[in-house]
Amino acid sequence: MNEKVKDKSKKNGFKMKSENLDFFYGDFQALHDISLNFESRQVTALIGPSGCGKSTYLRCLNRMNDLIPISRVKGKVLLDGENIYDPSLDVVMLRRRVGMVFQKPNPFPKSVSENVAYGLRVNGIKNKSFIRERVEESLEKAALWEEVKDRLDDSALGLSGGQQQRLCIARALAVEPDVLLMDEPASALDPIATQKIEELIHRLKKNYTIIIVTHSMQQAARVSDRTAFFYMGKLIEEGETDTIFTRPKLRQTEDYITGRFG
Amino acid sequence: MANKQHTKAKTMQSLFFCIATASVGILFMIMIFLFMEGIPLFKIVSPNDFLLGKYWYPTSDPPDFGIFPLILASLYVTLLSSVIAIPLGVMTAIYLAELASPRVAEIVKPVVELLAALPSVVIGFFGMVIVAPFLQKTFGLATGLNLFNAALMLAFMSIPTICSLSEDAVYSVPTGLKEGSLALGATHWETIIRVILPASVSGISTAVILGMSRAIGETMVVLMVAGGAAMIPGSLFDPVRPLPASIAAEMAEAPFRGDHYYALFATGIVLFLFTLLFNIVADFISHKYRQVGEASL
Ligand SMILES: Nc1ncnc2c1ncn2[C@@H]1O[C@H](COP(=O)(O)OP(=O)(O)O)[C@@H](O)[C@H]1O
Ligand SMILES: [Mg+2]
Repeated sequence: MNEKVKDKSKKNGFKMKSENLDFFYGDFQALHDISLNFESRQVTALIGPSGCGKSTYLRCLNRMNDLIPISRVKGKVLLDGENIYDPSLDVVMLRRRVGMVFQKPNPFPKSVSENVAYGLRVNGIKNKSFIRERVEESLEKAALWEEVKDRLDDSALGLSGGQQQRLCIARALAVEPDVLLMDEPASALDPIATQKIEELIHRLKKNYTIIIVTHSMQQAARVSDRTAFFYMGKLIEEGETDTIFTRPKLRQTEDYITGRFG
Repeated sequence: MANKQHTKAKTMQSLFFCIATASVGILFMIMIFLFMEGIPLFKIVSPNDFLLGKYWYPTSDPPDFGIFPLILASLYVTLLSSVIAIPLGVMTAIYLAELASPRVAEIVKPVVELLAALPSVVIGFFGMVIVAPFLQKTFGLATGLNLFNAALMLAFMSIPTICSLSEDAVYSVPTGLKEGSLALGATHWETIIRVILPASVSGISTAVILGMSRAIGETMVVLMVAGGAAMIPGSLFDPVRPLPASIAAEMAEAPFRGDHYYALFATGIVLFLFTLLFNIVADFISHKYRQVGEASL
């Protein structure tokens, strides 16, 4: 059955998609009828003014919003053709397949290597040499290995902000997700650390489907293949990043991109 | 105008400074008094015999001033009450902060805090009238007023402290850490055990120690339910005489500035040093591990 599902998703090329997604915080509707497709091994940037629902949307994709008691979802989100809001779906399994990196680096108050090993340990993996290898591999993928290889047992809280964020990326990669969600991963970082994260995204794209929220137009233009523009909980326009930035179809999009509002 | 305000601010500042100095000063004077009234005892008894002497017969002739049984009683009662209160208090805290629905938490939290407002004499009364006869009957004891009863009542008294302070600690673990754990495919339960508890361990330890220091200094309850025998206890169900109970029970009868009087003040010094130690440890822990939680940039 899994095979069949995979085939189906390959045929239309979409790793993940949302169909007519509505989202409510209590009575407040934060998302209106969002339908959006994410192709495999591509970077999609979500842009829009603050409060337009980018984070809310992103958090719908790994069901992080389940934690908010008053929240309610309508519509579908498909991962490899399977609705992630299906009651029979295992949320824990979903979150292993759809990793997330948060706006503010949030390493655990544990050692560097324990941070990366965390996802493996909660998955029941106990084999020490396997964990060690996977920690190294993940740190290398996150371009952090060289900087931390001599301090794997030191507290992760001693790392710089940019290192912490790359550690959080390594931590997410260690459980081998298919999709990586990133909510303004560089907004708390200085320009050099930001550049490192962007280079990293570029390399990770070969193996992962990446969805990134950013408030920086330049960043969206630099890292993404496709861009979706949100405004007031609605998806206004979506397309190739080049097209969105050079020839947007709608006036609203153009205004936002050229900085005339927001 | 500005100058007038400035003067006013200055006056207020000096006023508050005086009040603060006065309260600290008075407390300090009480402490000096405690030492002045206690230390003369050591002209008659060596500190060693006082602390480690096994017999407390302050009114015999010649008197024995050995508070070892009282120290042991206090330590045993406090330890046993912690063994009861810590798991209950901490588990209730985790339940309230992480597992209970907001509505349940909203009801249970004030109830726990209400428990903290119960006067100790009421708890002592409960121990005397309800728990003591129950213990006596169930275990066939000579008296239900004993170490176990006292520990149980003290546990009731420290659970609210332990619970509400631990709850604060658990609750203040940054959401970012919890979400980070859940996003890696950890269950809620794994998140509690592996992230939330380690991140709040300093707050919980502080809560536990403050709860215990409340128990060790508590007088009324132990006076009423501990049984009062100044003997080294042989079992959980032996009557005991913790330090504060001894002071409270005997102070009225001890002749002013007699040896017995000095001995009670010296007992007070020992008790003071115990509570002081607890509070210093609590302070140390809460400072040492304050920087846990979400990384600050
Ligand atoms: N936990 C919440 N409860 C209620 N409303 C929320 C919550 N989180 C966000 N919102 C509201 O939902 C809207 C979208 O927020 P968000 O998705 O965070 O926007 P963005 O990430 O684009 O800045 C905002 O109006 C915000 O006030
Ligand atoms: Mg946001």
